Amino acid sequence: MVESATARSLEFAATRWLRPLPPAARCIFCGDEAAQAALVAALGLPGSAANCRAVSANGRSLLWLGPDERLVLAPADQRQSLSAAIEAATASHAHSLVDVSYRQVALELHGPTAVRLLNAQCPLELTATAFPVGMCTRTIYAKTEIVLWRTALESFHIEVWRSFAPYLVTLLGDVAKESGA
Amino acid sequence: MLLIHCPYCGDRPELEFSYGGQAHIARPSKPESVTADQWVEFLYLRSNPRGVHAERWRHVRGCARYFNALRDTRTDRFIATYKAGEAPPQQSGSTP
Amino acid sequence: MSECRGKGGVLINRNLVVNFSFDGRSYSGFAGDTLASALLANGVHLLGRSFKYHRPRGLLAAGSEEPNALVTVVRGNEARSVPNLRATQVEIYAGLVAHSQNRWPSLGFDVGAVNDWLSPLFPAGFYYKTFMWPRFAWHRWYEPRIRAAAGLGRAPGGPDPDSYAQCYAHCDVLVVGAGAGGIAAALAAAGSGARVILCDENGALGGSLLDERANSQGGSDAAIWLRTALTQLAALPNLTLLPRTTAFGYFPHNMLGLCERITDHLATPAAGVPRERLWQVRAREVVLATGAIERPLVFPGNDRPGVMLASAARTYLHRYGVRVGSRVVVLAGCDAAYGVALDLHAGGIGIEAIADVRTGAHLVAPAAIAAARAEKIRVVERATVLGTSGRLRVNSVSLGVVAADGSVSNAGTLPCDALLMSGGFTPSVHLHSQSRGQLQWQADAGVFVPAAAAENERSVGAARGLEGLQQALEDGTQAGLTAAKACGLTPHAYSARIAVQEYSTRGAPGALAQPGARTPAKAFVDWQNDVTTRDLQLAMREGFYSIEHIKRYTTTGMATDQGKTSGLNALAIIAGSSARQVPEVGLTTFRMPYTPVSFGILAGYDRGDQFDPVRRTPMHACAENLGAVFEDVGMWKRAWYFPQRGEDMHQAVARECRAVRTGCGMFDASTLGKIEVVGPGAVEFMNRLYVNSWNGLAVGRSRYGVLLRDDGFVYDDGVVARLADERFHVTTTTGGAARVLGMMEDYRQTEWTDLKVWLTSTTEQWAVIAVQGPRAREVIAPLIEGCDLSAAALPHMAVARGTICGAPMLLFRVSFTGELGFEINVPADYGAAIWEAVRAAGQKYDIVPYGTEAMHVLRAEKGYIIVGQETDGTCTPDDVGLSWAIGKSKPDFVGKRSLSRPAMLASGRKQLVGLLTADPHVLLDEGAQVTATAGQVAPMKLIGHVTSSYRSEALGRSIALAMVVDGRARQGQTLYVPMPGGDLPVQVTAPVFYDPQGARLNG
Repeated sequence: MVESATARSLEFAATRWLRPLPPAARCIFCGDEAAQAALVAALGLPGSAANCRAVSANGRSLLWLGPDERLVLAPADQRQSLSAAIEAATASHAHSLVDVSYRQVALELHGPTAVRLLNAQCPLELTATAFPVGMCTRTIYAKTEIVLWRTALESFHIEVWRSFAPYLVTLLGDVAKESGA
Repeated sequence: MLLIHCPYCGDRPELEFSYGGQAHIARPSKPESVTADQWVEFLYLRSNPRGVHAERWRHVRGCARYFNALRDTRTDRFIATYKAGEAPPQQSGSTP
Repeated sequence: MSECRGKGGVLINRNLVVNFSFDGRSYSGFAGDTLASALLANGVHLLGRSFKYHRPRGLLAAGSEEPNALVTVVRGNEARSVPNLRATQVEIYAGLVAHSQNRWPSLGFDVGAVNDWLSPLFPAGFYYKTFMWPRFAWHRWYEPRIRAAAGLGRAPGGPDPDSYAQCYAHCDVLVVGAGAGGIAAALAAAGSGARVILCDENGALGGSLLDERANSQGGSDAAIWLRTALTQLAALPNLTLLPRTTAFGYFPHNMLGLCERITDHLATPAAGVPRERLWQVRAREVVLATGAIERPLVFPGNDRPGVMLASAARTYLHRYGVRVGSRVVVLAGCDAAYGVALDLHAGGIGIEAIADVRTGAHLVAPAAIAAARAEKIRVVERATVLGTSGRLRVNSVSLGVVAADGSVSNAGTLPCDALLMSGGFTPSVHLHSQSRGQLQWQADAGVFVPAAAAENERSVGAARGLEGLQQALEDGTQAGLTAAKACGLTPHAYSARIAVQEYSTRGAPGALAQPGARTPAKAFVDWQNDVTTRDLQLAMREGFYSIEHIKRYTTTGMATDQGKTSGLNALAIIAGSSARQVPEVGLTTFRMPYTPVSFGILAGYDRGDQFDPVRRTPMHACAENLGAVFEDVGMWKRAWYFPQRGEDMHQAVARECRAVRTGCGMFDASTLGKIEVVGPGAVEFMNRLYVNSWNGLAVGRSRYGVLLRDDGFVYDDGVVARLADERFHVTTTTGGAARVLGMMEDYRQTEWTDLKVWLTSTTEQWAVIAVQGPRAREVIAPLIEGCDLSAAALPHMAVARGTICGAPMLLFRVSFTGELGFEINVPADYGAAIWEAVRAAGQKYDIVPYGTEAMHVLRAEKGYIIVGQETDGTCTPDDVGLSWAIGKSKPDFVGKRSLSRPAMLASGRKQLVGLLTADPHVLLDEGAQVTATAGQVAPMKLIGHVTSSYRSEALGRSIALAMVVDGRARQGQTLYVPMPGGDLPVQVTAPVFYDPQGARLNG
């Protein structure tokens, strides 16, 4: 029996403004509105996610990525149970559920400089009105695709494919050095 | 950098999009029954107007959806964007 | 400090002396000086040599429009040298080292100036006309020498040690230019609640507000207003103030590029601070308060050091307390020149005369003349300039007088040490024009002004042809309020007033009248590119008519200058010489950047190791520990081969191949693209997309799939496994992962919306370890639980789930080597641990890790193609021997209709074959061409090309794959591969060299 070398997914020392987030259960769920409604019920969420918005409850989060595509996040120990529960609850609807727990990693950017560090290489308008708390979207940071989710006024959850993570973390470090963060 | 209105996500910077060529070119439903010339027209012949152009874009670094747009090739102004499968909106009056 | 420094100077701090050097000599100036003002204060007027003729040149201007005084600033070493900086924009700091350019051996004595004496030989288009023969000589002889003699500064001599930042910003209102109009606009917009960015190319904000004469209390109305306004600006939390920031480009949908210079003005920049920052600003509304640029006058000898724009002399006096001369002649093409003369006169500078060069009676404003005469300044009316003298600085000017009939008579020579000229002011419409805004000719002012805007943008003040500070304030205010309103805000009343004496800035562009038809000496139109009136006239005599052609032939308005000072004069001269009006001649395009920007800010963070993302697989460190040499495949680093104990690549690859054929090898295949196709419509989706038929593929089985584009050409390939009734696991080539998913999404979203099917990339979810070779099963069997590895239970192309060392596993019985093989898929986090476990288990079978090179050799021995190596986007499945994969009974799949097009069925298509060289030791070059007969001379008849070529360890000889016209029918024939050493004979064979029956796969 080998240990899952989870620490390998994202290795860097946390700073005042950037920290790696722990491993998680992740899956991509696709389906029409009825299937999405069944998913929301299965996850025990208060409601469905509007366009470019996330909803969270009980440690589980549902992120709208596209009209029929959602990213489900849950604690890592739910990797097995989560998929089974979703499959069971949505079996009567045409849908696709794919485990992507290991495809991507997460980090958190926080603090008063977060927006500035993001806007160095992310072209989105990130004011609290244009990109309010709870908004999430796929976008780009320099040459890598990310999922950007504002979890608090000065806190962003970032999902990035694992092989792009070192590039992203190094780049954020470079940017921070220059802006004195 | 263009600012493009994604029908699902709103105004977003061009960097998030990829261009998909001319819109409303339907793949023949029974390719085996079209002539070679008709097939070649479907494959290769595209318009290149100086003016309003119906074209495809994909919000590939966003919601990942293909959608359609009317863009004036002279000014880069978008007259409208609309979901794939929808008819282009009627243009009122003159073009810019 | 010399007598050139007078009183006043609102920008300098006389308590802070700053020492710097220019061309190796030490000088001192004051904090706040530019290199230009400090050199003038030291009596230095000679700052450069001209581009083509190497004529001595001084300062023409005081701002970013300066075409002559280009210098190189060196900070520490060659790598930190920055060429072609305008001395007017270089702020001095302690220890600044600057050099003049384009001179040898020295600025005062420049050998290249012989070009000036030979100038009758250098008319417009001289190079095109002269250096034509012999043809080969242009690149070898002429061009390198011409480039060495003509030109600007030298590029830095090493990698740039500085860092450059970039950022995106969004605002309601971007105001470009912090003069009267811009500041008023910013205050009005920000006061209404708008988020405002105000940028200005200079370190000191205020624009022409800084150029007003001080009153008896030592200030001016303008200066007082400016001080108050700057305090107000600084207090606004919703306003970002960016000095030393040039708006250099206007891009679609109100995005502007700004270059912020952060450290260039500092003696000791703090460590880690970027030198410059690129701002990409998306503004809802833009206010262009870019001002106007004074036009020079065009007359013989108008380029000597000391000949300067009148407004520049005023700027040097009021901002820096610098006197540009002690005996000054002012050439007035507009009233504003009188204002300058009166200011200089009040500053104690001797005005020899004002020569009013206007001949149209309606242009002359008697009030200005009266004001000058009241100060006892001599005014010569209806004047022209016949010539100037002075080698390194002007020392006299010869005036003429233009009679009513146009004839010119000599009016004597005046001694002078500065000759100031004003032809009127040209609105800076560059950014408006870049934004595709229209321009309109304003005949009475002789300028183009902004007309209809293409973006949410408006020009204010002098930038749209208005005159005077008060008008600029009112116009800017209005624009700021309008912009705020356009952003949905309620305009907040704002007003500003300045009372100053103002003179009109209107003049008439063109050259001054001369006796006779042709000017006898050089009358420059474009200082930076050394273009004279005669060059323009010659171009027209030679038949050039369009302004676009004249521009390129004479080079007027080109290069870094973009015609800032020259554009309108050139147009007027061309119009006058071809009996056209200026608008008929038309304008050439205003190009960005407005002033040059460094490559550094464009590159930004994309440099060195961070130029691109470097993607590494979960087992990368394992391969590193094994001494792997890596190759780049797309953004991925892939283990290329694993050299041991001094092996070269060939030896390592041979050993790796041998191990796979005789024992066991292991390979990191994680980079292959993986897509899950899931949903009730999955089978039908795959049927429509791939050439294969998928109905008969049982769950737990896989198949080699071929994907075409609708044009019938092979696009990608890979193994496709059916994991469940409605779930396929599709693999793609490493490089094809993203584009295949994109193509699939295109058909899914836009063509086959009837299908309920969804696609998810799982490329990075899985780590993939290929274990290949006759002993592969024995190696992995002890590690695996929950699945039967026997040939009966898990035959070739079967797929099973189980666990390996306790980790969840998806196991493929597949082979890209021709041997018994497995591909172990485990979640990425487990990849490294499983790799080590397999390697440990394989020790007793002498397992060998192999890289991409061995993988290529092994697959080539089997004739397996690589999409993108054997194929080039014009290959059908039949061309590369894949017809067998096509599901024959399917009515349609992507590309099927194209396969029956006549051209696809015609003979003469290139087909995949094997090639064996007559000499087994000879290795063909990939990309080499193939001919049917030996001894051909160019142009040869080429019938094919080599796509893959390797030394085969298994065969003990070289092998090659090739695409050859009608190749399959040529098997057994001898063809030739022409190489520099002669034709290499090759025999055409089937493309499968090893185990053609495939018996080894089923071990």
